[in-house]
Amino acid sequence: MRLYAFAVYLFLYLPIAVIAIFSFNAGRHASQFTGFSVQWYGKALSNPFVIEALWNSFVVALSSALIASVFGTMAALALQGMKGRVRMVADALIYVAVMVPGIVIGIATLIALVTLFGWINPLLASLAPEGQAPQLAMGYGSLIAAHALFSMSLVIIILRARLAGMDRSLMEASADLYAPPLATFRQVTLPLIFPGILAGFLLSFTFSFDDFIIAFFVAGSETTLPIYVFSSIRRGVTPEINAIGTMVLAVSLLLLIAAQVILRRGPKTGGTDAA
Amino acid sequence: MQRRLSTWLLLAPAGLWFAVMLVLPLCFVLVFSFGEREAAGGYVPAFTFAQYANLPARGTAFLNTLMLAPLGTLLSLLIAYPLAYFLAMRASPQWRTTLLILVIVPFWTSILIRSYAWIFILGGQGLPALIEWLGLGSYRLINTPFAVLTGIVYGYLPLMVLPVYVSLERLDKRLLEASADLGAPPLRSFLQVTLPLSLPGVATGCMLVFILLMGEFLIPAMLGGGKVFFIGNALVDLFLQSRNWAFGAAVAVTLVVIMLVTVSLYMWLMRRMGGVRDDVALM
Repeated sequence: MRLYAFAVYLFLYLPIAVIAIFSFNAGRHASQFTGFSVQWYGKALSNPFVIEALWNSFVVALSSALIASVFGTMAALALQGMKGRVRMVADALIYVAVMVPGIVIGIATLIALVTLFGWINPLLASLAPEGQAPQLAMGYGSLIAAHALFSMSLVIIILRARLAGMDRSLMEASADLYAPPLATFRQVTLPLIFPGILAGFLLSFTFSFDDFIIAFFVAGSETTLPIYVFSSIRRGVTPEINAIGTMVLAVSLLLLIAAQVILRRGPKTGGTDAA
Repeated sequence: MQRRLSTWLLLAPAGLWFAVMLVLPLCFVLVFSFGEREAAGGYVPAFTFAQYANLPARGTAFLNTLMLAPLGTLLSLLIAYPLAYFLAMRASPQWRTTLLILVIVPFWTSILIRSYAWIFILGGQGLPALIEWLGLGSYRLINTPFAVLTGIVYGYLPLMVLPVYVSLERLDKRLLEASADLGAPPLRSFLQVTLPLSLPGVATGCMLVFILLMGEFLIPAMLGGGKVFFIGNALVDLFLQSRNWAFGAAVAVTLVVIMLVTVSLYMWLMRRMGGVRDDVALM
């Protein structure tokens, strides 16, 4: 039994280890280890395309995670204890956002936005002075908006579990002591759910930072890191990709561990906590 | 009244977001699937079922997906169950959390880079070279259904372990003691007590993995080398290469419908067999 578990962990981590080890390979050839070197990290980090893609990924991940955390938290608070039709619609939407494959979301967003822009752009052109009309196009905006949608669902799911396990009498006590709703929120609710919000933020950031498939459709002319890596792999396997991959994995790993630690440290939420 | 107003204000941004970025796009896909292709690529409004009639043109992709997605789900389950069992029943409590996190972490790191690692391992210089060196003959592993299945099991194993673990962990251990006291050998206890009680977790895990596999694109693209097409690959091809939006939309709608039908059928079956809890652990 123990041996079996060990074998599965080996299976899970061997590929990650292979990438990490070969990223320190001195040789040009990706598949033969010829000595230790960090040259590929230097090469990757001095490649302007990599830097640009990394920056884009960072901006998109940060913005979409922020939007998702704020709006998701607001929605989770509003939905708390709510029943009836609104709650049903909200549940259905969150369910659809998580269950419909990313590829379909990507496609749907692509055709909807391109069509909408096709309607709006001539309108903007007719309103603005000659030649100065802003042109809407796929890019940062669509990327952030699409990632924020999925992340918002994540934040709502996490916070709902946390809110459901929370002792409501704390909030009632605060109200009984004549605290205005905003003070109750700032001094009672927020500190209690903050670990959940932070964990949701970190998971959202990780999701956006790692997402390839939605970005592939809605990024327009922008390149994120996963898009860059995918097109480089198409061109052939090089040690530089190993170095980039190792860095990406390291960033995701750190954020995930942080999210897990925060989720576990926070006040107990009962058995339904996301494991 | 004031409370209701504040509730609506809290809901408004997220509601608007879901409307514009989810509901509206999905409606667009549905509308586009009844349209026609513009000569230069794109979409012309129409109301025709021609795109749906044309679906067999991508039959291979549907067939591959509908064969490899269930197979991948089953393989993941077979590998995940013993691990989940070990974690829930045998692992020492102080290690349990760490071991569990170690299972989940890969799922949340870039599947792109993890699949790329398998190109490396299954490619000519990797495993095949090792097999040949051992004198076991020469095999081509990359760009085969085998490679795609390996990538699938590797990628989705964590998602299967988690729900199974949760249902095993919640199982009342006194039931197993009772079973042993009544003279049942361990295997019989497992088959008649543990296994049936873990079925809700199994069902949740299978559903999650199957749903994600239906829309898979990256793993077949990277490890199937353009030979093992999934519906996801057909979609990328239709939208980004041949720019046949109307047909692509019809393929997407069909994919979602197949998913909805199989998942509803599955849930209905599970409910009849003994109730499935709705606690879907995503992380």
